[in-house]
Amino acid sequence: MRLTVNGRRVNVAAPPMKRLLDVLREECGLTGAKEGCGEGECGACTVLLDGAPVVSCLVPFAQARGARVTTIEGLRGREALQRAFVTEGGAQCGICTPGMILAAAALPKKASKEDVRFGLAGNLCRCTGYTGIYRAIRKAASKGR
Amino acid sequence: MLWGRTIRSEIPRGRIREVRHTLDPGFVVVDHRDIPGRNFVALIEEDQPCLAEREIRHFAEPVVLLAHADRDKLLEARVNVACDREEAVLDPERSPKTFKDLTIAKGNLESGFSAADVVVEGEYRTGHQEQLYIEPNGVIAVPENGGVTVYGSLQCPYYVHRALKILLALPDEKVRVVQTETGGAFGGKEEYPSMIAGHAALLALKAKRPVKIVYDRAEDMVATTKRHPAIIRHRTGVAKDGRLTAIDVDILMDGGAYATLSAVVLSRAAIHAAGPYRCANVRIRARSVMTNTPPNGAFRGFGAPQSQFAAEVHMERIAEALRMDPVKLRERNALRPGDETPTGQKLGKDTSALAVLREAVHRSGFHRKRRAWAGSNRGIGLALFFHGSGFTGSGEVKLASKAALELTETGARILVASTEMGQGTRTMHAQIVAEALGIPYEGIEVADADTASVPDSGPTVASRTCMVVGKILEDCAEEMKARLGKMTPREYLRRHGPLRVTKEYRRPPGMRWSEETSRGDAYGAYGWGCDVAEIERDPVTGEIRPLRLTAVQEFGRAIHPILAKGQIEGGTAQGIGWALLEDVAMREGRMANAQLTNYLVPTTADTPAIDAVILDNPYPHGPFGAKGVGELPIDGPAPAIVNAIRHLGFDARSIPATPERLLDAGARDVSP
Repeated sequence: MRLTVNGRRVNVAAPPMKRLLDVLREECGLTGAKEGCGEGECGACTVLLDGAPVVSCLVPFAQARGARVTTIEGLRGREALQRAFVTEGGAQCGICTPGMILAAAALPKKASKEDVRFGLAGNLCRCTGYTGIYRAIRKAASKGR
Repeated sequence: MLWGRTIRSEIPRGRIREVRHTLDPGFVVVDHRDIPGRNFVALIEEDQPCLAEREIRHFAEPVVLLAHADRDKLLEARVNVACDREEAVLDPERSPKTFKDLTIAKGNLESGFSAADVVVEGEYRTGHQEQLYIEPNGVIAVPENGGVTVYGSLQCPYYVHRALKILLALPDEKVRVVQTETGGAFGGKEEYPSMIAGHAALLALKAKRPVKIVYDRAEDMVATTKRHPAIIRHRTGVAKDGRLTAIDVDILMDGGAYATLSAVVLSRAAIHAAGPYRCANVRIRARSVMTNTPPNGAFRGFGAPQSQFAAEVHMERIAEALRMDPVKLRERNALRPGDETPTGQKLGKDTSALAVLREAVHRSGFHRKRRAWAGSNRGIGLALFFHGSGFTGSGEVKLASKAALELTETGARILVASTEMGQGTRTMHAQIVAEALGIPYEGIEVADADTASVPDSGPTVASRTCMVVGKILEDCAEEMKARLGKMTPREYLRRHGPLRVTKEYRRPPGMRWSEETSRGDAYGAYGWGCDVAEIERDPVTGEIRPLRLTAVQEFGRAIHPILAKGQIEGGTAQGIGWALLEDVAMREGRMANAQLTNYLVPTTADTPAIDAVILDNPYPHGPFGAKGVGELPIDGPAPAIVNAIRHLGFDARSIPATPERLLDAGARDVSP
């Protein structure tokens, strides 16, 4: 099946009902997406499917046919955001961070406080209390993209 | 590599009659008869088997291990563990077996109560809490060099090392444990990794191939340790002016099926049970008991959140009984420098109970909001608390932790078994060493936590990694600096060859402790905190929504203020979850809601603005004045929130304070 992963067109042979998460990790060698719960609750497996955040543990591979998939490994042009996660304490253990950054990258350009809160509500972080994550997003926004 | 899987008991208590399966030869099957050494998970007691032999003491107890190259086949495999069921003990108040009991006493309780104008009594309950690190438990065991190497998500490489040596009857050098990047732990990867590492190692040694075991979320929640539930009773004598004259506390903790760390969780709970208050007459009796539920274990705070929840909600009820301002009551009794704790520890200058209380009250506008919100659906409450840094009592002396520094061309390499799990161990240690050596931060490396190459700096627990291990590293750096003299590292290496400095924990002068009587200096130092919670009750659903949490904390000195703030914010959020959302539903000894759809932890939508404030008060025996910060922040949010709920007029005394429980609690008498 053909799809675009991180800007590269690839052809992957995998069962259509295999979880996109497993295809990315096992067939494509992209381990940035993590499995935290396997039921779409924690958001650690978040990737962008045609630019929109999805929980890849609930996406059957067949649904990604012809789509553009972006994982944390392929996120481009968002260095200010990634850097701010480091400097503002937006990441502690790091397990939620790839999904969190992708969810943050998909927020609207001039996101309000409530937009950010709502946009990240599907991504659990057990370390930071989210406060450092808000600081990181705010800082990246103030620096522009 | 093979995948491993654990076959577990399906009953809370009974005897194994027979284990049956018809698995093809592609499967590696391990049971207790394959254990070359001794069949227990080495920790404090020798009671918990790595694989059950006959007796089943809890649901999800490991019985048989399977490994297979094909993960799907492995998951489909069926093994029948036939058991004779026995009646399970599920209520800790009816437990026939006590793991540990202890009493802390000072003064004379009777004369304390006779000096009281008012006596206030109450019972307080706290529930299980799941650590819910986002990365579940997982390890890989590799058979090599006539022994085994385990790579895993874990906090304490040397705990696992010791457990494997005993389980596998292998000498030191044949067992190697390497910590891999760990996706959160919070105590949940303190003792349990010894179990899962043992399982993977047994499979790997039998298969003669590497074996990987990774739990899915449901298995992780059903089988691994949680925070001990507690039932705590207080009886307090108080004079009309608010002075505490007698404190009598009774603590009961549910240890679950095996002893694990219950004895030390209990002693930390007891030492903190009177709260950060002065009182001449104190008795604290504490007991942890067995039930046929999965063993409870380490979770950030380690008993202190439970006992201080009770102490602070009780303090609120004392203020209510006296019709006294809750801040004034706490000010009157707060511990000051020179005061003695219930164990007889004389407190040093770094005692900041009053400072954190005043700052939190002022900063949050406590009194103004308390008046303005009276009778509305908004409430405000506070909690004053403290937390001892490092192992309890003589624990640090017994651990005798070692840390080492190796000179490199650019600076030094840190060698410790202390692990990074998000709290900033590597950064903070490197800062301490760089500063003490007078070498730029970039010149400091940190070696992997690998038992083959680092000394045993003790477990990464108990808010000890900065204050205790950081201090040993500071000692190493000072000696290294003296040896270097005016030479650069490069010059030294050219002239004298390799340099490695190893140092051991030094007990601060004057510290003493008696295990038998629980008297003396329980901790090298304490951190101090005051939380103010502002909440709103939804008039339709009855849910409590936290609006803002002000957390003012003093832990000596913050080595890295952003990381330290992260500890306050994260610990506070976990405390909010424990107070309002996190409800482990135990049914017949089994966690019935072992998934994230119905075990709720705070999302962004549930977490309020957290105003974290750090106060300085350097501790002379910590590195650059630092004490521990990891656990302190989780002691305060739950009592602060419940006291805010009390401000709304509900007689809340237990957590999680769900809408259902609040309806049961009912309105208390709020008439003036």
